[in-house]
Amino acid sequence: MTAPRTLYRKLVDAHTVQRLSDDEVLLGIDLHIMNEYTSPQAFSGLADSQRPVWRPGAHLAVVSHVNATRRNGPGDDDAALLIRTLEDNCRTHGIACYSLKDARQGIEHVVVPEQGLARPGMAIACGDSHTTTYGAFGALGFGIGTSEVEHVLATQTLVYTPLKDFRIVIDGPLPLGVTAKDLAIRAVAEVRAGGANGYAVEFAGAAIEALDIAGRMTVCNMAVELGARAALMAPNQAVTDFLKGKPQAPTGAEWDAARAAWQGLASDPDAIFDREIVIDAATIAPQVTWGTSPDQAVAVGGTVPDPATEPTPARRAAAERSLAYMGLAAGQPVAEIAIDRAFIGSCTNSRIEDLRAAAAVLRGRHVSANVAAVVVPGSNLVRKAAEAEGLDKVFRDAGFEWRPAAGCSMCLAMNDDVAKPGERLASSTNRNFEGRQGQGARTHLMSPAMVAAAAVAGRLADVRNFPPLS
Amino acid sequence: MTPVSLIEGTAAPFGQPNVDTDVIMPKRFLKTVTRAGLADGVFADLRFQADGSEAPDFILNRPDYRGAQILVVGDNFGCGSSREHAVWGLAQLGVKVLLGTTFAGIFFDNCRRNGLLAVTLDSATRDALLARVADPAQAQLTVDLPLQEIRAPGLRAGFDIEPARKQDLLTGADPIAQTLTHAESIRRFEAEAFAAAPWRRIVVG
Ligand code: SF4
Repeated sequence: MTAPRTLYRKLVDAHTVQRLSDDEVLLGIDLHIMNEYTSPQAFSGLADSQRPVWRPGAHLAVVSHVNATRRNGPGDDDAALLIRTLEDNCRTHGIACYSLKDARQGIEHVVVPEQGLARPGMAIACGDSHTTTYGAFGALGFGIGTSEVEHVLATQTLVYTPLKDFRIVIDGPLPLGVTAKDLAIRAVAEVRAGGANGYAVEFAGAAIEALDIAGRMTVCNMAVELGARAALMAPNQAVTDFLKGKPQAPTGAEWDAARAAWQGLASDPDAIFDREIVIDAATIAPQVTWGTSPDQAVAVGGTVPDPATEPTPARRAAAERSLAYMGLAAGQPVAEIAIDRAFIGSCTNSRIEDLRAAAAVLRGRHVSANVAAVVVPGSNLVRKAAEAEGLDKVFRDAGFEWRPAAGCSMCLAMNDDVAKPGERLASSTNRNFEGRQGQGARTHLMSPAMVAAAAVAGRLADVRNFPPLS
Repeated sequence: MTPVSLIEGTAAPFGQPNVDTDVIMPKRFLKTVTRAGLADGVFADLRFQADGSEAPDFILNRPDYRGAQILVVGDNFGCGSSREHAVWGLAQLGVKVLLGTTFAGIFFDNCRRNGLLAVTLDSATRDALLARVADPAQAQLTVDLPLQEIRAPGLRAGFDIEPARKQDLLTGADPIAQTLTHAESIRRFEAEAFAAAPWRRIVVG
């Protein structure tokens, strides 16, 4: 009998090429994803050392970040150079590249699942922190830096320090009107930013089991904000159903074998976690962030907290700094905070399910006159599907700008989609850092439906007060 | 990678928690295909004013801390985006050591790959260092990697470091070359893994 293991341990064991030292293993990587801005220096490193790519078929490059989504093209010369460099590097090494003219282009973490390339039991690395997203499929996904991108290209492995195990149980069903994003933000607020540094987090519990695939991805995506280097959920029937028939999913006998193997993939019942917390789903309300760290969040019915209640001087100072940056005062009711912009997009919340949820709020309503509202679909396939359903028309009729192209856009504002200093945003993204959506811009994170409600109200608002009109 | 051993120099206090890589290296410096020229980007929104002039109050602009090679930092330093540009920039600015409590995982690995020594201390030790170096007269520190200790007049504080990371930093290792010595094992691993789980063999279309 082997000792009971967590799902995380099983994945690490299944990918261990060999043990390197007491705390390091050489980890085999099944799939490696690249984008245009964290890969160029890795390719030049390869060129300098004249090393070939170990297994070119195991890599996918996607132009995500610099696409100017108003017109699908590079916004400036620097962006053009990044795109061209990625295309050239991929051509040289025989790597698949979904660049701007490809019908499959979009945000990398939206594109990969859409193609059926993220599967249970895989190890997936990418030069992007939100690679934790693939935990939604029971895959070990994690972000790496550019030096490690070069390492994977050259060796198809990484030198890896296994993490400790942390389980977050979300018990019971989510209340009506509460979404995966609210659950994710609440978990980050509970564990705090960096609270899970050094851990792999497994999400479990009835609320997790009930999520659809988009919701599972939203939660695993945000897990990096609490410091988790990996997020996991045991694959369930919904995962198998989702993957079946995806363009690049296994077929025939391989599919049958895969499906059978995926079924048993879970933590053993008596596996030991180094840490565990339980959150009662019934206590989760729609969440908004008020500060400049994703853990600075409250329920939409609450008030901006008083820094004086913070437990340590450092945290008090940080909260005061956040309030100053955000232009807010302690005690202010959250639902009185007026916004200038609404943004729906990002690898956290730009999938078809997210757009449907926002459209359900917007149907028959109109964006407030003071709000500039934009929606950027996560991929071209999402955009096409949304247009086929008429969602683009719902957004346009409501006063949203519907972008004709896909990408990260104002999630990090590396293209021409930049908020101005002092502007306040309701945003379906994952980071409210200082300057993230534009120098001096003030971000409030929330679910896409909550962004839609805020856009209509002209201020942060409880989506439960915006029932569907038709 | 340049080997790291003994660092003697000025330490600057930078104690705010959750300093993210967007703040360390704002996105407008990321549109580059090389590693060069990133020193100006480090903390750019804090270091410089709108007109491009230096912000006089920013810690690294004060005469006492200008050119500091050591930063004493807050909890969860380097969180957020994976951008290694943050570490390249810090190194180009001359920062050689970060003394903190916890670092975000990707940032921590990026430091190791670039010869930047990130030291994890308990909160009490870090807080004492923050308080100490806030006085410019006491801001000179020695960080001794071989002996794993931080020294200054009247101060000697040991630190732990994983043996493999210490070794990499001391020798300026090339991890890709090291890994390629295991090429045979990698090939064997791939053959076995794909035989057992064919759906893990990806050939992107
Ligand atoms: S959408 Fe935002 S968080 Fe996601 S990959 Fe793009 S920039 Fe990063």
